[in-house]
Amino acid sequence: VKYLDEYRDPAAAVRYLAAIRTRLTRPWRLMEICGGQTHAIVRFGIDALLPPEITLLHGPGCPVCVTPVELIDQACAIAASPGVTFCSFGDMLRVPGSSRDLFAVKAAGGDVRVVYSPLDALALAERHPAREVVFFAVGFETTAPANAMAVHEARRRGVGNFSLLVSHVLVPPAVEALLAAPDREVDAFLAAGHVCTVMGTDEYRPIAARHRVPIVVTGFEPLDLLQGIHMCVVQLEEGRAEVENQYARSVRDAGNARALAMIREVFQVVPRAWRGIGEIAASGLALRPAWAAYDAAARFAVHGTGGRDHPECRSGLVLQGKLKPADCPAFGGLCTPDHPLGATMVSSEGACAAYHRYRRHAAP
Amino acid sequence: MTRGPIALDCPVPRREPALVQLAHGGGGRLMRELIVRELLPAFAAGRPPMPHDSAVLSLPPGRLAFTTDGYVVHPRIFPGGDIGRLAVCGTVNDLAMAGAEPRHLSVGLVIEEGLAMDELRCVIRSLRAAADECGVTVVTGDTKVVDRGKGDGLFVHTAGVGVVAAGVDVHPRRVLAGDAVLLSGDVGRHGIAVLSVRDGLAFETPVASDCASVAPLVAALLAAGIDVHCLRDPTRGGLASALNEIALDVGVAVEIDEVAVPVDPGVAAACELLGLDPLYVACEGRLVAFLPAAEADRALAVLRTHPLGAAAARIGTVAAAPAGQVTLRTRFGARRLLDLLSGEQLPRIC
Repeated sequence: VKYLDEYRDPAAAVRYLAAIRTRLTRPWRLMEICGGQTHAIVRFGIDALLPPEITLLHGPGCPVCVTPVELIDQACAIAASPGVTFCSFGDMLRVPGSSRDLFAVKAAGGDVRVVYSPLDALALAERHPAREVVFFAVGFETTAPANAMAVHEARRRGVGNFSLLVSHVLVPPAVEALLAAPDREVDAFLAAGHVCTVMGTDEYRPIAARHRVPIVVTGFEPLDLLQGIHMCVVQLEEGRAEVENQYARSVRDAGNARALAMIREVFQVVPRAWRGIGEIAASGLALRPAWAAYDAAARFAVHGTGGRDHPECRSGLVLQGKLKPADCPAFGGLCTPDHPLGATMVSSEGACAAYHRYRRHAAP
Repeated sequence: MTRGPIALDCPVPRREPALVQLAHGGGGRLMRELIVRELLPAFAAGRPPMPHDSAVLSLPPGRLAFTTDGYVVHPRIFPGGDIGRLAVCGTVNDLAMAGAEPRHLSVGLVIEEGLAMDELRCVIRSLRAAADECGVTVVTGDTKVVDRGKGDGLFVHTAGVGVVAAGVDVHPRRVLAGDAVLLSGDVGRHGIAVLSVRDGLAFETPVASDCASVAPLVAALLAAGIDVHCLRDPTRGGLASALNEIALDVGVAVEIDEVAVPVDPGVAAACELLGLDPLYVACEGRLVAFLPAAEADRALAVLRTHPLGAAAARIGTVAAAPAGQVTLRTRFGARRLLDLLSGEQLPRIC
């Protein structure tokens, strides 16, 4: 990894902060969509450096956080089935279902493994033909191409003992839902750079125009975030509402054509329930009928358990930017990373976890 | 059958089983062969001793430091070390953290039926080499063989004793507000080295474990007359967890400067890719020293004279409040909590 330091240069940060300050004439509320951005903002202390006029709201862009509790229960049930090797990204293992998490399934004898890529899970399936290997395909548009590629490869190589438990979600419908709410909280968005690397920026233009809201596609390093915030502030102060691309070193307007083709071949757009928020129309991806043979939910016929979130958990409000984590009555008391009530306290991209980890006390 | 490099200086002819069998732990002839041929000569400095149920040690008067640790690392062989070297250095380092001069170790082996005898020999040789390097002797040991499937190949358990010289008092209760916090080198190498060979992860830049004894660094600090208040080796949970333990146990605050903590570029890159924070990744050849701020510069100079301490740095300061918390000053000047993690770091989704 090269050029990391260039995007973490304190002197440049000071220049951006000064530039932001000189443009401000009134308070603005900006929302960063992606949990990775939230994590970087709190880790590097960027929100603490910003002028008080700017409020950063943390958005719903944490795939772990918005995966419904029923699906976690479904994952646990499949993982506990005999003969199954259940593979997941590490974040998902500690997310509480209605009665247990995947770590608990592992401790009870389930074969639950952390992998770094769905293709690693596919390789496991090839090495262990007697086992059913299931990959928990969670994520936004960013992880969809690799998951699509995994089933594509499974068919090409004739690997029958591999399937996906799919819970993909899409960013633009969530942005629309936030903007359509009567008590709209957000003046401008930092869109998620990695999602746009795959999808491009075009689908945000109608949203920016329809809702008169600036959307700046932004990266994840401290200087990316400061530049993105600066671009939002300039647009807001000038009364513009456009889609701009701060993350041009990675994002093309049309996105990544090959990745998009792979997604469209394997997945179709479906309504999807978001944990803490509810169902949003056309906000998720599921396997197309032609690929149904690779659908773990059908293969294992494990159905929703009717699981519910803990009644004290307000992660839905946190995910919509309506409640700061530290203002939740359960924060740090009833709800901690060791005993989380909701997913936002578990995932390293969850706003509650980020605040608990970096901001539990008010640093002087 | 061709003989691998491991067998070249192995004195044992090849007629005995290539895999460890249950009978090797059964108390009979095979077990005696294993102990007499493989273990005793490797441990006892070339002087085949008369086997006995206990080691009887002569030690100088004074206080003893005594510690124990189990080693279950997987994979057992990784860049920069293996489970044998780790089992020696880890326990030697725990003794050194008490200001002790490490002297003797015990070694307990729990072997899973089916382990390749060559791998066992390799680990034993490495263990012996590390003991020689650290200046300690293995004086007692135990071998158990468990059924296939009831162990993960090989677990090693070591205990160690060391001698604390008169006048040396290295203990967490001596940590004071105002103390300087020194770190002997860059962080995260061991954790990344082990991760890099686990489940097929491979990096462009191979990162080797820092697995080594830090006892010479401790000896040098003490010999220079530096009033070391407390020492910690940042193993599991890394630097952040070691600092949090001190903050919580002693009831002080620790303030760390992010830019002062050395991180190798290869480790930093691997951490970025895997979504890990190097401050929480294990070291096996580093120490954190708490000592009077007035002695910090001299202590740094002492550490830097040793190759293991060449990158030593002052990374922070102990404060009275907020008690029990570690704060990090980020490179942008903002301050944030450096918390104890709930468990292992989990790689992020994206």
